Amino acid sequence: MSRRRTLFTVLGLCMGALQAAPQGAAGAQVPDTLSQRLLACTACHARVDARGNPVNDAYFPHIAGKPAGYLYNQLRNFREGRRQYPLMTYLVDHLPDAYLREIAGHFAAQPPAAHSVDAGAAAASPQLLAQGRRLVMHGDPARKLPACIACHGQRLTGVAPDIPGLLGLPRDYVNAQFGAWRNKARRAHAPDCMAQIAARLSFEDVNAVSHWLAAQPLPADPRPADAIARPLPLACGSAPEQP
Amino acid sequence: MKKILLSLAALLVVLAAAAAIAWPREEFIPSSGPAAWASTPANIARGAYLARAGDCVACHTARGGPEYAGGRALDTPFGRLFGPNLTPDPHTGIGLWSADDFWNALHNGKSRDGRLLYPAFPYTHYTKLARADSDALFAYFRSLAPQRRPNRAHALDFPYDRQALLALWRLLYFKPAVFEAQAARGAEWNRGAYLVEGLGHCGACHSTRNRLGATGETLSGGLMPVGGWYAPSLVASGEAGLGDWEREHIVALLQTGVSPRGSATGPMAEVVARSLQHLDRGDLDAMAAYLQALPPAAPRPAASGERASEAVLNEGRRLYRSFCVDCHGADGQGKPPAYPPLAGNRALSLTPAVNAIRMVLHGGFPPGTAGNPRPYGMPPYGHELDDAQVAALLSYVRDSWGNAAPPVAAPEVNRYRSVPLD
Repeated sequence: MSRRRTLFTVLGLCMGALQAAPQGAAGAQVPDTLSQRLLACTACHARVDARGNPVNDAYFPHIAGKPAGYLYNQLRNFREGRRQYPLMTYLVDHLPDAYLREIAGHFAAQPPAAHSVDAGAAAASPQLLAQGRRLVMHGDPARKLPACIACHGQRLTGVAPDIPGLLGLPRDYVNAQFGAWRNKARRAHAPDCMAQIAARLSFEDVNAVSHWLAAQPLPADPRPADAIARPLPLACGSAPEQP
Repeated sequence: MKKILLSLAALLVVLAAAAAIAWPREEFIPSSGPAAWASTPANIARGAYLARAGDCVACHTARGGPEYAGGRALDTPFGRLFGPNLTPDPHTGIGLWSADDFWNALHNGKSRDGRLLYPAFPYTHYTKLARADSDALFAYFRSLAPQRRPNRAHALDFPYDRQALLALWRLLYFKPAVFEAQAARGAEWNRGAYLVEGLGHCGACHSTRNRLGATGETLSGGLMPVGGWYAPSLVASGEAGLGDWEREHIVALLQTGVSPRGSATGPMAEVVARSLQHLDRGDLDAMAAYLQALPPAAPRPAASGERASEAVLNEGRRLYRSFCVDCHGADGQGKPPAYPPLAGNRALSLTPAVNAIRMVLHGGFPPGTAGNPRPYGMPPYGHELDDAQVAALLSYVRDSWGNAAPPVAAPEVNRYRSVPLD
């Protein structure tokens, strides 16, 4: 464990060294950088083992490279009770909005985490993967289900500033979010488009989608797209038409 | 003869009971006039400031909900209560209330319809408010946008939900009385006393409550019964007594949330963020003056001298060097204000050790305030360390650099693993 800890410490110090020169706000000894301030975040969200593989990322999803507006919305959601994870709420409870924006921007600017394809997901039955792919790429007009790509981008890497990508996420995490939306444990700004979608998906649909997503590699350029065709198929409070 | 004595005794008991029942539990002090609660900018501004000092928003706002519209649940050993709507909505808030009704609630703990209020609303402290301040607060709350949000009925356990029992409680533990200044102690002390004992209601957390939930008068520390944080004694030098602090450091702690000697975390972070950081420097100075002048508590008897075993201390030292030394230093001096010192850190050495346990398990940020808008955070270690490791680590730091606090045991760590939240 101490070797893992050493690796993490080294990574943290490297991140700190890459930031701007310290301005002495906290004394010359403590780097006056966001990286240093946010060790409380990277302790869980950037945790890697000795081989550099993410640890516990189904529970503590990676946040590097996600769109800044999306990350800011999630911090507000935890603070205001739209998402339920007591430790997150505890951590952000008394941080001002301006600081939350800075934090979101800081992690949005990081390169997205490396991701290897989930071999187990890729080995699922061809029918399951085909069902997942169909829903992601085409949706289901009969059930008023838009294609995921209609909002999350043709390459599924999300759209700046507010729409997250769907690739490189652990399958458990994707399943958990759909479940949370169905159970109203996770809510987003009204109108809550994902709540509507989650309500229309069966468990089999979610299983197929999460398998297919986890089986996809990250594209060469994993950054969010700059724009997407508007209006979106569903009105979405988190990604409004007029920001 | 015996019969006469018995009858006399019975009569005395009846007379005593009658006196106790008749003893006034409410008093009326008239307003100086409509100008005191009129909706003028001056009254509203003053009321807004006083509402900050009283931290009304904390209990009267649901998480994510509109300010002052009520809905926050307060868990107590007697059941769950819900903070009501203070916006001037005529149906669900205080829109139909008069200034006298408002005064009656703050000073006498009675609602507009005559119901007795539960002392989870700390009118035992707010009773000290002057009528003029109550009127200014009323002007402020009336100036808010009305929010239609019905109040939720309290979910109190039987028999605590009976008004008769509450009346009895008030007989025993409540006497309405406006703050009386002591001229000899000077203006600053009196202002501090008025704020600390009145709107600040510090004793609501920082005092021990008896089994019926009543606080003592002193600020001698108390374990918050639900949620489990320890609000340290403000009169004991071994806890959070401020007698030997520099005035600047006290004000820094209250106003910014950090100081060279420690940071505000846990529930105190909320108090700083929502209330104290908004107060004038003069008022914070006054509160500091009052707190520093409190008669110190008698020193506690020396700790049992119990120490952890060498094996536990060695394990703790090893963990400290892995996880803590980068920020808190090999000498425990920390790098304040970002990283508080652990050497001589009284919060670390408290008994009960719950606050220290929670710091290690949950980490956290001090509040973002005007004076410290981008705080440095402490990582949570609850996912990384098991109960025995946390216990060893805390036992080590509580035994190092001059700290001499009892060790922490693994089962105690386990009790506090879940994060307390409303």
